[in-house]
Amino acid sequence: MTDAVTLAAHDVRWEADGRMIIDGVTLAAEPNRILGLIGPNGSGKSSLLRLLCRLRKVASGVVTLDGADIAGLPRRDLARRLAFVEQQATTDVHLTVCDVVRLGRTPHRSAFASWNAADEQAVEAALTRVGLAERHHQPWHTLSGGERQRVHIARALAQDPRELILDEPTNHLDIRHQLSILALIRRLGLTCIVALHDLNLASLFCDRIGVLHEGRLVACGAPAKVLTPELIRRVFEVEVRICEGTGGHRHVEYVVDHQQGDSR
Amino acid sequence: MTHAAVSPNWPARIALALAALVALTLAVALAVTVGEMAIPLPVALRALGNGLFGLDLPVGAIQQGVIFDYRLSRALMAALCGGALAISGAILQALLRNPLAEPYLLGVSAGASTGAVCVMILGFGGATLGLSGGAFLGSVAALALVALLAAGAGGSSDRVILAGVAGSQLFNAATATIVTTLASAEQARGVMFWLLGNFGGVRWPDLWVATPVALIGFLICMINAKALDAFAFGVDAAASLGIAVARVRLVLLATTALLTATMVAIVGTIGFVGLVIPHAARFLVGPGHARLLPACLVIGGIFMILADILSRILVPQQILPIGIVTALFGAPAFALILYRARRSS
Repeated sequence: MTDAVTLAAHDVRWEADGRMIIDGVTLAAEPNRILGLIGPNGSGKSSLLRLLCRLRKVASGVVTLDGADIAGLPRRDLARRLAFVEQQATTDVHLTVCDVVRLGRTPHRSAFASWNAADEQAVEAALTRVGLAERHHQPWHTLSGGERQRVHIARALAQDPRELILDEPTNHLDIRHQLSILALIRRLGLTCIVALHDLNLASLFCDRIGVLHEGRLVACGAPAKVLTPELIRRVFEVEVRICEGTGGHRHVEYVVDHQQGDSR
Repeated sequence: MTHAAVSPNWPARIALALAALVALTLAVALAVTVGEMAIPLPVALRALGNGLFGLDLPVGAIQQGVIFDYRLSRALMAALCGGALAISGAILQALLRNPLAEPYLLGVSAGASTGAVCVMILGFGGATLGLSGGAFLGSVAALALVALLAAGAGGSSDRVILAGVAGSQLFNAATATIVTTLASAEQARGVMFWLLGNFGGVRWPDLWVATPVALIGFLICMINAKALDAFAFGVDAAASLGIAVARVRLVLLATTALLTATMVAIVGTIGFVGLVIPHAARFLVGPGHARLLPACLVIGGIFMILADILSRILVPQQILPIGIVTALFGAPAFALILYRARRSS
């Protein structure tokens, strides 16, 4: 059973202001594989990710890490195991690239521990892995969107996690940076759960795709199995044709009637 | 530069700490010797020796009293107060992620003024409560109201700030109502003077209260220094780094509230220090709280001692309220820092 070795949700529910946002979702990540979460705006992707890393408390159901309920784990222990990259998190504090990545060592250090060689090595390694080894002292506010996302990923890597959760890491990036961020995530070889908007990018970079619709998981499996015209019509309310792209990946082609000016 | 961080440079750190201590001592020495009554330094040192170490050196009784009971206690209180307010400001700016956050944001000073006015003009509590007691109770009442309001509104940073603004307005209005309807001209002047801050009434017993509060408060803040750094990208980012966000916020908000309420109760409302010293300190030592908080303590302390000296000598025969001096000299100094920071970035 795969959910005994990494992160899994079991019949998880969560509501906000009396509205059911996540309605009985069961899914499991696979070790060292990328699970993509797709779904329309408001389908509950961000909420589900926050439940998975215990930034919100489930109303019912459990989230498990190696089979144990994460609600019972000390927050620091959880942060050494599982890292979260938010969508577009920024700050007004005058931090450098290095300062931000160092934050990733927070769960590994006690209140008065001084910075040690292991911390330094983790930060250096993380910066190297995201390709920013030469940018230590660059101020945060001078970084581009893509660079900021890389720094956040480096910060997450400095936590030394086995599971990495990313909420739309490619949002607001141009296509070159979208591709390079996703290629980077793939190279990491960690157990990843990543929310994405672009169906083709999900198909290209994810081992499996989960589809959220109105707070429910309506499909989950290999991209070739999940991405069908019927499902996409039902969930996203658009017409598509599915073709086979390079490398056997599914390619989603949108069918647009220019006469109507509406894709329906 | 990264290598310096690997093995903390202890000699440099100790040198810095010593330099800070020397600077503070010099500021206190200056405060003790400067004043209306000119007392030469040797006399001042002898008076300190008598007071601190129980020596029996020849000093006139009046000079001994002025140096030890009046000027030294006043200087130490100024240092504690400046340090505590600056630390509180730094903590609130980090927790609420707002550069304009300051110690009085949570309604502490407004509540204190209402409490003080209740004692001074309405005569609540009589002699047992005293001005400081009334101010402290007022602060706590205002804090409780602001905390309730903020929690009821969801507890996010902007809600805390809005609740603080609403609470402050309410208590300031209550103070103004009491002063305008019931106070005599003499009382109104007294209230005005108290509201702008005043170290004149400080005696040793005040320090027995303020010192432990300030030191314990500082220690609690230092324990949470790394957690404060993690708030840079917001509450969720902090939580995902393993910070118990709710607990840290509660502990630190309570600590800053206690620090501020204690200082306000003893010396009144002194503006500007809590808002601006943290920014000045950040320009000097960077945003990391393990260095920022001690820097705030030292810089805030020295700034307040110097401001107090100025308040005593600026206008002959008269003492200016300290709050006026901190703003009068602090604002241009801060403008200069801002200007230089702009050029260097």
